[in-house]
Amino acid sequence: MHKNAVEVRGLQKSFGKVTVLKDVSFAVPRGGILALLGPNGAGKTTTVRMLSTLLRPDGGELRVNGFDPVVDGAKVRASIGLTGQFAAVDEYLTGRENIEMIGRLYHMGVQDAKTRAAQLLKEFDLVDAGDRAAKTYSGGMKRRLDLAMSLVAKPPILFLDEPTTGLDPRSRLALWQMIAELAKNGTTILLTTQYMEEAEYLADNVIVIDHGQVIAEGTVNELKAKAGSEQVEIVLRDDAAMKKARKALKDANSNETTNTLTLPAPDGVKSLTTVLATLEKAGAQIETASLRRPTLDDVFIALTGHDTTKDESEGKHE
Amino acid sequence: MSNLVWAVKDSALLAKRSILHVIRSYDQVMSLIMFPIMFTLLNRYVFGGAINTGDVSYANYLFAGILVQTLAFGANYTTINLAVDMKEGIIDRFRSLPMNNAAVVVGHIVSDLFRNIISALIIIGVGLLIGFRPNASLAEWGLVVLLAILFTLAISWLSAILGLLVKSLEAAQWMGFVIIFPLTFVSSAFVPIETMPSGLRAFAENQPLTHVMDAMRSWLVGTPMDSSGWLSFVWCIAIIVVSVPITAWLFRRRSN
Repeated sequence: MHKNAVEVRGLQKSFGKVTVLKDVSFAVPRGGILALLGPNGAGKTTTVRMLSTLLRPDGGELRVNGFDPVVDGAKVRASIGLTGQFAAVDEYLTGRENIEMIGRLYHMGVQDAKTRAAQLLKEFDLVDAGDRAAKTYSGGMKRRLDLAMSLVAKPPILFLDEPTTGLDPRSRLALWQMIAELAKNGTTILLTTQYMEEAEYLADNVIVIDHGQVIAEGTVNELKAKAGSEQVEIVLRDDAAMKKARKALKDANSNETTNTLTLPAPDGVKSLTTVLATLEKAGAQIETASLRRPTLDDVFIALTGHDTTKDESEGKHE
Repeated sequence: MSNLVWAVKDSALLAKRSILHVIRSYDQVMSLIMFPIMFTLLNRYVFGGAINTGDVSYANYLFAGILVQTLAFGANYTTINLAVDMKEGIIDRFRSLPMNNAAVVVGHIVSDLFRNIISALIIIGVGLLIGFRPNASLAEWGLVVLLAILFTLAISWLSAILGLLVKSLEAAQWMGFVIIFPLTFVSSAFVPIETMPSGLRAFAENQPLTHVMDAMRSWLVGTPMDSSGWLSFVWCIAIIVVSVPITAWLFRRRSN
C-alpha cells in the first residue's frame, strides 16, 4: 500500500490559452489533512477535479490511493468522497432519500443504504430534518447533508473543495468539528480553502498556491514563522497618552490616527507585561492592549505581496 | 454482477429520482395536467368549427395530433432537467461515484416516459369527453402504444442533446419550444395538410411527426394510412440510433 494517500507531481492544466496550473506537486500522507490554500483562481478546484477524475490533466502524475485517476478512474472513484464548492444535493429529495440514493449508487443493498442513511443523519445532526425536502434546508444544513453524502461508502480519502464557503460562523464551526472528527478516525482529507482560519483549524500541513504554482508549504506554525513573530498592540486613550507612550517606547510603530502602537513581542506574554509596565510608569492611559499572533493572512501577504482577496476575476476558469 | 446489470440498476435509481422530481414539483404536475386539457379544448372548440376534416369528425381527427404534440412537449423536460443537472454540483457528485454515468441521461428519459404515460391517459379521458370515438382493435391499440413509446424515446434522446448543448436553464426552456412548436404545428396535427401553401406542405408531409400522427390516426379512427405506418417506426428508430451516440459523446465532452 502506498505511504501517501494522495500524490501530485508536476501537475499542469490549461483551458485554452489560460494556464491554470503551471507546476503543482504535493503529497498527503495516509490519515493526514492537507489544506490547499490560495485565492480564487489559484487552481485549487482544478486540482481537486483532476484528482477526482472529473477533469484530465495536461501533464504531471497523479496517484489517489495508489491509483492513477487517468487510467484507473473507477478504482479512484471507489476510494474517494467529494464535496464540491456548491452543495451537490438533490433539492426535491429528502435528506434521507439523498443519502440512500448515493448508497444505492455505490451498489449497497437496500437495507444497508437505509441503515447507513440513518447513521449519517444522526452523525450530521439532521435527524429532525431527515424527511423534509432538501430545498427547505438552510445553507449549513445543505453542506452537512452534502458532506454526509460524500461519506456514504466510508471512503478512505475525502476531497473537500471550499466546504464552508458562504456559511455563517456558527455553521462553519459545526462543520469544522465534524471534519476534524473524521480525520481523527483516520480519513485522509484534502481540503481547499481561501480562509486562513479554516486551514489553521483543520490542517496538519498547508500548501499555498498562487497563479498555478506552489509558493510555500509547511505546517501552519512554520508558515507563520515566515511572517515574523508575535506583536504587542496597544491602543492609547487619547492624543496626550499617545504622546507620552511614544516617548517611553521609541522603537514602536505608531499610527497617529488610531492612537495605536505596535511592537515586536519576542517573548510573548512576557513582552506584553514589560510594555504595560513601561507605559504605566510613563503615565500613558491605555484603552486596550493585546498580543497579536501573525495570521495566515499575514503569511499570505508576506509570501505574495497581495492578500487573498485579489485575482477574483481569474476564478471563472475553475 | 455484470456492468450491464449495474447500468440498468443505476438508471432505474436515477429514473426514480427524476420521477420524484415530477411528482414533487408543482410546476411539472400542473403542466402535466393542464397542458393536454387546455390544448384539446382550445383546438376542439376554437378552431374545430372552422376546420373541415372530411369524413372524420374533428374530435376524431384531432386526437392523434394532440397526443403526439403533448408527447413532444413532455420531452422538453429532459432538456430542462438535464441542463439543470449539468449546471449544478450534483453532476460532479454522480460523476465521482463508481456508477454508470449514462444513468443520469437515461433516468431523465425514463421519467419522460412516465410523464407521457400520464399525459396520454389524461388526453384519452378528455378526448372521450369531447367526442373522440376510436374504432381500433386491440392489436391496433397495441401498435399505437408501441409507437407512442418509441416516439417518446426518440424525442427525449433528441431533447437530451439539446439539454447538453444549452448553457442556461432559460435557453433550455425556449430552445425546446422554438424547435417543438413548428414541428407540431407544421404537421397534420390540427389541420389537413392539403390546405397549406406548397412549401410548408412539402415539409409537413415528410417530417416525422406527421408520419407518427397519421399512423396513429389511421389505427385509431380508420383514416388512410399510406406509408406512414412503417415510416413512423423507421423515423423513430433512426432518431434513436443517431442521437444516443451523440448524447453520449456530448456528455463526455461536457465533462472535460
